[in-house]
Amino acid sequence: MRKNRNGNGSASAERLEKAPTGIAGFDEVTSGGVPKGRPTIVCGGPGCGKTMFAVEFLVRGATEYNEPGVLMTFEETSEEMAKNVASLGFDLKGLAERKKVVLEYVRIEPAEIHETGEYDLEGLFIRLQHAVDRIGAKRVVLDTVEAIFSGFGNTGLLRAEIRRLFRWLKDRRLTTVVTAEKGDGSLTRYGLEEYVSDCVIFLDHRVTDQISTRRMRVVKYRGASHVADEVPFLIDERGFSVLPSTSMKLNHVVSNERVSSGVADLDEMLEGKGFYRGSTVLVSGTAGTGKSTLAAHFAQQMCRDGERCLYVALEESPAQATRNMKSVGVDLEKYVRKGLLRFEAWRPTQSGLEMHLLQIHKLVEQHKPTAVVIDPITNLLLGNRNELHSMLMRLIDFLKTKQITGFFTALTSGRNKEIEESDVGISSLIDTWIFARDVELNGERNRCIYVLKSRGMAHSNQVREFFMSKEGIRLLPVYVGSGAVLTGSARLSQEARERAENVLRQQTMVEQRRVLEGKRKALEAQIEAMRSEFAQEEARVALVTKQEEQRERDLSQDMLEMVSFRGGARQGKAGVRNGRVGDGHEG
Amino acid sequence: MKAKTGLTSNKVKANANGKANGRLMELRLYVAGQTPKSLTALANLKKICAEHLEGRYKLHVIDLLKTPQLAQNDQILAIPTLVRKLPEPIRKIIGDLSDQNRVLVGLNLLETEGGK
Repeated sequence: MRKNRNGNGSASAERLEKAPTGIAGFDEVTSGGVPKGRPTIVCGGPGCGKTMFAVEFLVRGATEYNEPGVLMTFEETSEEMAKNVASLGFDLKGLAERKKVVLEYVRIEPAEIHETGEYDLEGLFIRLQHAVDRIGAKRVVLDTVEAIFSGFGNTGLLRAEIRRLFRWLKDRRLTTVVTAEKGDGSLTRYGLEEYVSDCVIFLDHRVTDQISTRRMRVVKYRGASHVADEVPFLIDERGFSVLPSTSMKLNHVVSNERVSSGVADLDEMLEGKGFYRGSTVLVSGTAGTGKSTLAAHFAQQMCRDGERCLYVALEESPAQATRNMKSVGVDLEKYVRKGLLRFEAWRPTQSGLEMHLLQIHKLVEQHKPTAVVIDPITNLLLGNRNELHSMLMRLIDFLKTKQITGFFTALTSGRNKEIEESDVGISSLIDTWIFARDVELNGERNRCIYVLKSRGMAHSNQVREFFMSKEGIRLLPVYVGSGAVLTGSARLSQEARERAENVLRQQTMVEQRRVLEGKRKALEAQIEAMRSEFAQEEARVALVTKQEEQRERDLSQDMLEMVSFRGGARQGKAGVRNGRVGDGHEG
Repeated sequence: MKAKTGLTSNKVKANANGKANGRLMELRLYVAGQTPKSLTALANLKKICAEHLEGRYKLHVIDLLKTPQLAQNDQILAIPTLVRKLPEPIRKIIGDLSDQNRVLVGLNLLETEGGK
């Protein structure tokens, strides 16, 4: 990861050399870090995190990039500073002992100071130089240099000195982060940005609906392309982290591999194979339509296939969720014990959007799942659809680059067509969108499910009835007929009626067939009789013919005998023999 | 003349006789090399000391170009800075000390201008 960042930095090194900050996400946003050997201003209101940013830049530089640094503070003592950042895991004291960092606290006490003529801030330069020399520092943090304006009266002189200071830092090729307080209608209260023309970063901390959100914006970055949008960031026990923004290119690796949804009937609706690996699945629907059950089935299936899965529950505690899922035949606990399933639950209101995202990022980094289930994703954000959209985009982007299949559920309100329309905003982000809704008919409420869209596959267009039992989920074909879709008992009664009709029809058919058979038999008998009659006739005719022939032969013989009797000896012999037969005809 | 050579030595000590309101004043003048401002400041300081603190002050001149590590202790930013270490509380007077009245107020030697 780190190497990649360096790699990115060197790609643009020809234009402007960059120093990686080591701050998670920041180096991606700026494609490499802050300008090397130049000052950068980090500005923002009180509590926006500018000091944290600066300190992390320094600590990471010292520990990860072998660039020792000087931390010059104007408002907090070195001890206070060390204590403050210890909670982020930074050991400033230890680093100072190992000569990786010099902590230099510059105290300005206006009450002590009397101005009596001309002066300059050479003392500051000398101290900085001395600190830099002690450890061969490459990085410097000045937090917050504007504090000098409160200590000295001659503003014109101070401005000149600050200009000189920035020049001085640049000449010494020191990569510097200068923090500055936000001003009214200007980036910094004392207009420091006019002296630093290379890189200005603005941090913002706002609270909307009692939930705080931190955002960062690269206001200016001379000679380098950078993300100009506001990028969310947060500060937690591991330091400052900027959430990687959505990459502008859509160049995720695409898999043709399929993963089962865990419900055979649903797989069947998706070409019989299930989802694409690394795709994003959204199951949306009104309350109680079985979204979580589907999610649990999916998680179970992944684990059953020996894959790692992260399940983020935002409605139920892990214990409650696993218990509830057992009632529909899903045993998630088994896989949690095996270490394949990581079950995490937290209250959606607990923190801001960025915190949720980061938490998911962290869990993904730790658990390395191939599938992530978030149930329900809508709970992450109460109300603001735009933010949900942007967060979903970031999350999906993150999962896609890692080839992780995302399975989200979304709770929608309302119960008709408008549901689909209101979700159109996120539709473009979703690869497979399954819609669950309920149908009220004849005093009962039944669940229906259908695949709204599924990219890259010939998915079913059928509405199925969603049927849950101890054995799990079945998606039954609903009764479709006479222009209505029937579910539940209506479907059952319709089916029963249909069955009865079937039986009746079948009985009639059998009867008809029997009658026909009889007729055929009768016909055949008749044919047989006629045939035998005909045969008799034929036999009789044959006999008559035969007799007639014989008689004719006899007749001609008689005539011959008669001739021979009257004449020739040769004929006499034959005449004797035939004469006997001929006797019979004489009479 | 002695004052000027004082810049190169580290320490200038006036004769401390311990007069009048008795307390010894310990002063440090921080400079950075022999810049015109530093020289002016030292000259002005010598004059003030001679006029108002005769015999009851101690003065160190510290050149931060030579001993930069000393800047932190007294939290020196501006050059030149005159620090009154004693008596407490510590007071800092910055600039070339050309405004004598303000120096006296700063050193708490001039009651009339609101110095306690």
